[in-house]
Amino acid sequence: MNPSRARATPFSARDRRTAYLLAAPAAVLLFGVAVLPILFAAWLSLHRVILVLRERSFVGLANYRFLLHDPRFWSALGNTAYFAVFSVTAEFLLGLAFAHLLVSAAPGQRLLRATILIPWAVPAAVSGKIWAWLFNPEYGLITRALPGSINWLGTPGYAMPAAIVVDVWKTVPFVTLLIFAARLRIPEDLYRAAQLDGASSWRIFRSITLPLLKPTLAVVLVLRTLDAFRVFDAIYVLTAGGPANSTETLAIYTYKTLMDAGDFGHGSTLAIATFLCVLVISLAYLRLLGPEGRG
Amino acid sequence: MASVTVAKLLKRFGQTEVLKGVSLSIPEGAFAVLVGPSGCGKSTLLRLLAGLEIADQGTIHFGSRDVTRLEPRDRDISMVFQSYALYPHLTVRENLAFGLKLRKTPAADIAKAVAEASKMLGLDALLDRLPRALSGGQRQRVAMGRAIVRRSSLFLFDEPLSNLDAALRAEVRVEIRKLHDRLGTTSVYVTHDQVEAMTLADVLFVLNKGVVEQSGPPLEIFSRPATRFVAGFLGSPAMNFFDAHLERKDEGFQAVAKDGFTMPVHPDRFAGELTAGREVSVGVRPHDIHVTPGGAPFQVSIVEALGAESYAHGTIAGSPFVARVEASTPVKKNDRLEISFAEMHLFDKQTGVSLRAP
Repeated sequence: MNPSRARATPFSARDRRTAYLLAAPAAVLLFGVAVLPILFAAWLSLHRVILVLRERSFVGLANYRFLLHDPRFWSALGNTAYFAVFSVTAEFLLGLAFAHLLVSAAPGQRLLRATILIPWAVPAAVSGKIWAWLFNPEYGLITRALPGSINWLGTPGYAMPAAIVVDVWKTVPFVTLLIFAARLRIPEDLYRAAQLDGASSWRIFRSITLPLLKPTLAVVLVLRTLDAFRVFDAIYVLTAGGPANSTETLAIYTYKTLMDAGDFGHGSTLAIATFLCVLVISLAYLRLLGPEGRG
Repeated sequence: MASVTVAKLLKRFGQTEVLKGVSLSIPEGAFAVLVGPSGCGKSTLLRLLAGLEIADQGTIHFGSRDVTRLEPRDRDISMVFQSYALYPHLTVRENLAFGLKLRKTPAADIAKAVAEASKMLGLDALLDRLPRALSGGQRQRVAMGRAIVRRSSLFLFDEPLSNLDAALRAEVRVEIRKLHDRLGTTSVYVTHDQVEAMTLADVLFVLNKGVVEQSGPPLEIFSRPATRFVAGFLGSPAMNFFDAHLERKDEGFQAVAKDGFTMPVHPDRFAGELTAGREVSVGVRPHDIHVTPGGAPFQVSIVEALGAESYAHGTIAGSPFVARVEASTPVKKNDRLEISFAEMHLFDKQTGVSLRAP
């Protein structure tokens, strides 16, 4: 055993037993609220369960075979990916920009600090309603202000961008706050040293700020992508998945199947499919960004 | 290399005037130290030299180049920060090379410069480590390495030793001086530590409340402080002060302390400044004291024995007073000594200006 390994495990057997004991309640809780439901959903997905018909039978992978040939599933997956890619990209870039403004001595910076959190503080359902009014085809402010009087929420091809705008508006504050906090932890002396070393503002951003923000940016990306992939409330309140299912995401499709149609077998299959997508994305991020954010 | 000339530099932060018209000049190749208490403006002055702050008024020249409004990168300077400011995500080698890379130096030249600096500072074994894997002393050396690889015409040091422990500080202090003797680059070094100031400086600038109180070779300032502030700031333990007034005696003058004992004043040293009845502050360094019968009465309250010498603490004329005593002279708590002063400084009680003839 080399010395660094010896240092890594300084606990006696007794200490370790105490540690397990202390961690046990949290582990039990997590198992109860996270692992069990997932396992149960996986089990349900192997059944045909229709509540109103009081039907329940084991069908093996039949639900999954159906899913592979279900155009509505693929469309929902596509919508979800579309929403996730554009909303997360926009939130990420705007968050970086706002965080930069917040640390700089730009005029209005105090006001920005005070107001930036407001959208984040508004509940998703409420902000959804507000935006639904703003996009109202008859008297919505946005419809009136923009030329062409587009029916944003009622036209396929326009509804999803509108939903993305709403999500970006709501989430940029959160992203900004995380990046801003991380940026404040970078010592000012590094910037002074880089200036003396001859770096331009862009070069300082690229060679100092960005690499040092990387661990935080990774967290932001993972959190936001996973959130966006499971998006429900923001879109449901706005369009309920319409028009013509053009804003129907995986979560909305799952909800409708489970709650509206009462088809628990197919609904659980959708939930498990979403879970697998999220798992793959998380693993890809971990692989890509590394455990420490360097490299 | 370049000389540094600063003229009537003024800098405000909001309502606070941090520098109130500082002028100084540092000859080419000299090691200049700016010393003073916290808030005296020394760090601000250094940042103005670096270009990290811009002066409200006044000019800065490096050689004949007016750099007052130049960007830091155009000033051809290197700086060692108190925090070291090493880029935490870059290895030691990359830290050293960063500035050269930005200046589009050819890779072969970068490698050569890095190797040279690394050898000079003993960093060879550390080149591929990240800063977080280094000790404080090693980080400090990397910070110096980063300054010297670029062969700038001016080195700036912002309290570079204050994060090291005392033993290491003394060691690195000598290293810095050696490095300067070897490279000969004009250096400006900021510190609040008067030992660093005395030992490193070719030319010393004592700052107080935004002005240069006195400048010159450190020993000269030490032995001929121009103000009471400078006298009290340099030297450890600090100079003792007590109140007295001047009286005529025979052809010359004597100083009379509050409790009545008198000290002769040599007229040739204080020529022209002496008038009877003038209120003065008498300054005596702890090292300029002899225990002699018939001297000033000195009540000892505490003795610090350091081995080779002792410091006796007590009061004279109602003011706290410290006297250095040879270890061979036994001094105890509650002793009543009689002491005389080998060297005495007189300052105007109101203005603090030395009465010494220039």
